[in-house]
Amino acid sequence: METLLAFVIGGLVAVSIYLLMRRDLVRKVIGVVILSNAINLLIFTVGRVTQGASPLIPSADKVPPEGIANPLSQALILTAIVIGFGMLSFALVLLYRTQQSTGTVDAEAFVDEGPDPST
Amino acid sequence: MDSHTLLLLPLLIPFVVAVATLALRTRPGLQKALNLIGMTGILAASIALLVRIGNEGIQATGLGGWPAPFGIMMVADHLSVIMLIVSALIGVAVAIYAIPNVDAQRVGFGFYPFMNLLMVGINGAFLTGDLFNLYVWFEVMLISSFVLIVLGNTEEQLAGGIKYVVINLVSSLFFLAGVGMIYGLTGTLNMAELAMALPQVEQEGLVTVVAMLFLVSFGIKAALFPLFFWLPASYHTPPAAVSAFFAGLLTKVGVYALIRVFTLLFTQDVGFTHGLLLWAAGLTMVSGVLAAAIQTDFRKILSFHIISQIGYMIMGLALFTPLALIGAVFYIVHHIIVKANLFLVSGAANQLQGTFSLKKLKGLYAAHPLMAVLFVIPAFSLAGFPPLSGFWAKLILAKAGIEAGAYWIVAVAMAVGLFTMYSMSKVWVNAFLPGTDEDVDAGRTPTAVRVMYLPIGALAAATIFISVFAGPVYEMAEQSADELMNSSAYIEAVTGHEESVADSATRVDLDGRAGGVHAQ
Repeated sequence: METLLAFVIGGLVAVSIYLLMRRDLVRKVIGVVILSNAINLLIFTVGRVTQGASPLIPSADKVPPEGIANPLSQALILTAIVIGFGMLSFALVLLYRTQQSTGTVDAEAFVDEGPDPST
Repeated sequence: MDSHTLLLLPLLIPFVVAVATLALRTRPGLQKALNLIGMTGILAASIALLVRIGNEGIQATGLGGWPAPFGIMMVADHLSVIMLIVSALIGVAVAIYAIPNVDAQRVGFGFYPFMNLLMVGINGAFLTGDLFNLYVWFEVMLISSFVLIVLGNTEEQLAGGIKYVVINLVSSLFFLAGVGMIYGLTGTLNMAELAMALPQVEQEGLVTVVAMLFLVSFGIKAALFPLFFWLPASYHTPPAAVSAFFAGLLTKVGVYALIRVFTLLFTQDVGFTHGLLLWAAGLTMVSGVLAAAIQTDFRKILSFHIISQIGYMIMGLALFTPLALIGAVFYIVHHIIVKANLFLVSGAANQLQGTFSLKKLKGLYAAHPLMAVLFVIPAFSLAGFPPLSGFWAKLILAKAGIEAGAYWIVAVAMAVGLFTMYSMSKVWVNAFLPGTDEDVDAGRTPTAVRVMYLPIGALAAATIFISVFAGPVYEMAEQSADELMNSSAYIEAVTGHEESVADSATRVDLDGRAGGVHAQ
């Protein structure tokens, strides 16, 4: 299972890097989304993929009993998904506003020409 | 006041102010007053915290009353508190400066709430003792800075904003990947516990891989070579108050994070990781200062100088001796104040003559001699003229470099200092001395600019204070360097005991627990 997931993560990262290299800013943002999901999957995988009981700790104990599923990596991913969603919404609105304002979402249009050499 | 409350005040104050200013969005006057009161409150709380840790040692508290390692810990050591104080100082200065500098439209769209949320994120990053929590504070900081950098919606801001947003999103994902991997390796995210658990990890190669993920992520945020291109592309676009705040603080949060993880966590393979950092430091200094030399925009010159100055701080971290770390901390304190101040001066010049271009600015010295004086103090300090603060910072680093036998980096640092002088004199010659025969309007200084002189003068006074009283600042930096080099005090403050908890039952054993399908 881990091996399969490792290849899935690798594939997703490759796709996202390809998209991040494109000039089209919309594709770049899609690349960021895919990368963030690949990394969520990475956290899930390194937290150990197991089948186990619900992570409930008896009130007398301080540590979870044997054989439970790892709740922490799921909590981390949940937080990361929420943050990622907020960031994505902002990036999309920014792109939309930029398109309205400048009429383009081509990264080439935003290249800084540097200072005017004629002093 | 108990330590728990005191530790959380630097987070609570800006948060409350953010909510209040959001509720008072139709009352700009009240927003401005609240913002100034809030920033002053953070400064007071941070100074109280410094006194507290001076008397009682490193303070730590678990959020929600949960003890380590279950709860998220907030930890204040000397480095954290020094950063808190300096950023609160910049907060106060910018709070005053923003009153004439930020227009009514930007205030109406939420300048003050986001300024305070940004402060929440920055202070959270300085105080947290948990790696995933650090990620969350970084995101709080990022989203607020995203809004601030495009607030106003000019085409220039949008173009700069897009670069800033995309690269920072990618940087956060590197950070998140590193956090995931380190959790997989050790089963904990509490930094003090990680400091104990990481040396026991058998796959040393993987630890170095994780270290590199953090280096790339924080390197982007700190604008380290070769990851700095977003900074000069975006920092010159928002109003001067915003770019001064960003220039002073945001990259330094990245530097702080680098110092934290490369002194507390990744010290297993110092030859490789810190060797790499030293190369990055040298190249950052040189590329930043050379790129600044050809610029003709006041704020772009300053932006490229941020990059070259970051190199000095990382040099202190990379040499990894007590004296070098003292130099790094001293340099951060000096740099935040000076750099923010120079951006404030550029904004005042823009207010007077309506441009940031050195080709159009002229004759400021003749018309406004006070501004010229207030420019010269931070500019000379930046270049490292004795006896100003930059000189002491560079002197400590040079001494540390020579003691460590890294002569080439000392030579690079000195040469970069000369080039910094070149850029600062270029600004002086073009903007302050009369460039033409035309009469420069020497009329009355507008009220807006007079208000701006107040924070600029205060920060210049702070620079002189650090220069004259370099001794006490050095001692504070020395204490933080001691804590960084010897992490047992930090670990003890967080976990309550110095011995390893790796063998105790508190940490979840990722592999031993599973009864399911996990393959060994």
